[in-house]
Amino acid sequence: MKLTLKVWRQNNPSDSGRFVEYQANNVVPDMSFLEMLDVVNGDLMAQGQEPIAFDHDCREGICGSCSLVINGRAHGPTRGTTCQTYMRNFSDGQTLVIEPWRAKAFPVLRDLVCDRSAFDRITQAGGYISSNVGGAPDGNALPIPKVVADKAMDAAECIGCGACVAACKNASAMLFVSAKVSHLGLLPQGQPERTARVRKMVSQMDKEGFGACTNQYECEAACPKEISADFIARMNGDYLWASVTTEE
Amino acid sequence: MNLDSKIPEGPLEQKWDSFKSNMKLINPSNKRKYKILIVGTGLAGASAAASLAELGYQVETFCFQDSPRRAHSIAAQGGINAAKNYQNDGDSIWRLFYDTIKGGDFRSREANVYRLAQMSVKIIDHCVALGVPFAREYGGLLDNRSFGGAQVSRTFYCRGQTGQQLLLGAYSTMARQIAQGRIKSHPRTEMLDLVTIDGRARGIIVRDLQTGKIESHVGDAVVLATGGYGPVFFLSTNAVGCNVTATYRAHKRGALFANPCFTQIHPTCIPVTGDYQSKLTLMSESLRNDGRIWVPKNQGDKRSPDQIPEADRDYFLERKYPSFGNLAPRDISSRAAKEACDAGKGVGEGGRGVYLDFSDAIKRLGENVIRERYGNLFDMYHHITNENPYKVPMRIYPAVHYCMGGLWVDYTLMSNISGLFVLGEANFSDHGANRLGASALMQGLADGYFVAPYTITNYLASTKPGGVGTDHADFKRCENDVNENIKKILSIKGKRSPLSIHREMGKVVWNEVGMARTRQSLTKALQQIPAIREEFWKNVSVPGSGAEMNKGLEYALRVSDFLEFAELLAEDALAREESCGAHFREEYQTEDGEAKRNDQDFAFVSAWEYKGMGNKPVLHKEPLTYDNVHLAVRSYK
Ligand SMILES: Cc1cc2nc3c(=O)[nH]c(=O)nc-3n(C[C@H](O)[C@H](O)[C@H](O)COP(=O)(O)OP(=O)(O)OC[C@H]3O[C@@H](n4cnc5c(N)ncnc54)[C@H](O)[C@@H]3O)c2cc1C
Ligand code: SF4
Ligand code: FES
Repeated sequence: MKLTLKVWRQNNPSDSGRFVEYQANNVVPDMSFLEMLDVVNGDLMAQGQEPIAFDHDCREGICGSCSLVINGRAHGPTRGTTCQTYMRNFSDGQTLVIEPWRAKAFPVLRDLVCDRSAFDRITQAGGYISSNVGGAPDGNALPIPKVVADKAMDAAECIGCGACVAACKNASAMLFVSAKVSHLGLLPQGQPERTARVRKMVSQMDKEGFGACTNQYECEAACPKEISADFIARMNGDYLWASVTTEE
Repeated sequence: MNLDSKIPEGPLEQKWDSFKSNMKLINPSNKRKYKILIVGTGLAGASAAASLAELGYQVETFCFQDSPRRAHSIAAQGGINAAKNYQNDGDSIWRLFYDTIKGGDFRSREANVYRLAQMSVKIIDHCVALGVPFAREYGGLLDNRSFGGAQVSRTFYCRGQTGQQLLLGAYSTMARQIAQGRIKSHPRTEMLDLVTIDGRARGIIVRDLQTGKIESHVGDAVVLATGGYGPVFFLSTNAVGCNVTATYRAHKRGALFANPCFTQIHPTCIPVTGDYQSKLTLMSESLRNDGRIWVPKNQGDKRSPDQIPEADRDYFLERKYPSFGNLAPRDISSRAAKEACDAGKGVGEGGRGVYLDFSDAIKRLGENVIRERYGNLFDMYHHITNENPYKVPMRIYPAVHYCMGGLWVDYTLMSNISGLFVLGEANFSDHGANRLGASALMQGLADGYFVAPYTITNYLASTKPGGVGTDHADFKRCENDVNENIKKILSIKGKRSPLSIHREMGKVVWNEVGMARTRQSLTKALQQIPAIREEFWKNVSVPGSGAEMNKGLEYALRVSDFLEFAELLAEDALAREESCGAHFREEYQTEDGEAKRNDQDFAFVSAWEYKGMGNKPVLHKEPLTYDNVHLAVRSYK
């Protein structure tokens, strides 16, 4: 397969950036999308040109590093992460436009790499259960119904990639935040801090400059882990409860 | 050199308690005067950071990913062991200890492994308290599955994403300490050197991967929790960023490297398909609970699997190891698969694959149960290979997976450099010559949550906080070395990408130092590796500058360390003239092809001392003594 790539190149956060065209020859259908870029980068480097920068690590869809918009779609045309996108899903001769996540809260650092530290700060605001090492009771002391544990796990599967933000026209982070809030809020261990958690995390989310949710659910469609938008409704309920109770 | 393992006196069951009762303590208000630098935020690093910060120390963490949550631990799939005996199937701390030491083919320390088994129980409790959503039974209690090398069910899991959930637990508790100002996190930051002053580890030199700036950090103790070095083989199941840089640079500053040749090849990975491939994907060992491994009985049988009748199939693990069957340990299962393929019975393109077949389990339990247990793994397999494993058997082949070797540490997890602690996969301590499934997560969290907080306190109690700054001459000298090295790489301006050289080296290491090693293959590797290294330093091309985000430079620096480390690995494999665990020397095997250990001459830890580039490293031996277990021939028959 041969493909034409239009890749966003930007030297640093203050550079205005531009698309640059590359040819990807010798593309094999079983290659992953990132392996295709490895080949392009290998050629660029051998010719003394700077490779296209992109984030990646596990290359199996779990670390949440990879983050490309391919032909306008976060993580490309198939369900799953960029690294789990395979070239067999494209056709010979196709032109691919490759961009970073675009969102005010995720500034581009270089080429296809953006800064997602806002997600870390949202977690720091309250995405945890306060329990120090040493004091825990026996793991089976607190039975948790399987349906509850399963539902918490559904939410906990979020990989923090940020595709939900990239896919949303308002760049809202509601799916990410609601996944964390729901994971902990569903479990009995998470109850003591439930209201404080949702209030603090939502407030940090607003501070970071993410947009509002207008219920378009583009986030759910782009999410590689199929995190359900129902969690947003669940979080809205918790948030409402948090704002009418006076607990600090 | 005196390798004092500092194992406390007394009976095995009481060693850790005895350490704790005799350790020195630091008054709570003095703890905040000490600063601890932690490199790595995987299970080991994140859990250590959180627990040390909870105690009141100032902690700084470093990782090369853009967030601590993305450390490679996130990718662990199958589960974590603990001797809870919730299943009432005869498990105990002793049995977990024994399984682990036997699984490691009697090449690890009794005292360390026993402590690990003791800690396992508390890990589960703490993780539950942090909100880790472990799988549960309908009654609401925790569920277990079985893993290789054990006849009890003691593995706790979160679907196929156990590592993710445990890491998110550790990351969240670390986030809480960041919010409280007790941890300062430095993501996108790579450690490039260790600074020792008067024989004590006092700091690190790092590169800010976003700006390219070289910076010094000073502390009262340095912790390396930087994971394994699997990508020295190029292709492995590890994340592509995994590297040996932090531990190898510490090695160059005097830390001994232990058992580098103990590298585990995992039996169940998706086979290699092409030359462009950047990594191999693991299919969790937990699949062997329900999948059956087989190859066609006849060489070159090209029929599709559903056309091959039972009589023409060889379920080789069940045949050779009837009591453990498909759950034989990894080293044994991997070699058996290689043997079948070497005999021309392999399946799939290139004949390097065996079947992992779920049709019996699907018939017995229904597709839904299988989906519930392994859905995400089946989806991943389908995605990558374009084949539906609910309908056709998976094809699998062994791949490099885990590094038992690592920096030498004593019982307190301190290296031979005072104040340098090494946790998790980066140390050598608990798995001997072969690691059992679901025990790396256990070790990482035991080290970080439960061991390091005590042993680091004990160390710091005999030191005065502070006292040196980053303006010290030794910091300046190391900074200068790092800068010069970067300048040198950038100035080569050759014709080859770091990737192409890494791949070339990886082929040599896999072919000559891989699943089966011989004196001849190792000697060959020891000739080829330096030649590739020379090619790197003559002909690598790393465009751009050091003063910016430069992914090519990051990668080239890691490859340059692999190119030196690969030689040490081969050297160690050559020196160990026996077969044990994952280290299989073809010269040393029994008549039926099993590993032949030599306890007389090789019951020791190899700890290598760096002697300068191009000079032979020096081997130090820490003898292993067994007072509680009998050194048996490992049998899974
Ligand atoms: C696919 C896969 C599945 C697995 N499944 C299981 C399982 O089911 N059960 C089990 O017990 N084990 C499993 N393992 C093994 C287990 O995941 C690892 O051994 C374990 O997670 C290692 O944890 P760690 O904390 O030691 O290091 P890692 O999680 O590898 O973390 C290393 C950290 O060090 C940082 N780092 C590295 N080098 C530098 C540097 N130079 N400068 C700055 N930072 C650096 C990284 O950024 C990262 O934060 C699996 C492994 C793989 C590959
Ligand atoms: S909710 Fe989905 S898209 Fe958003 S960060 Fe989590 S995994 Fe990524
Ligand atoms: S590289 Fe880890 S999710 Fe894609």
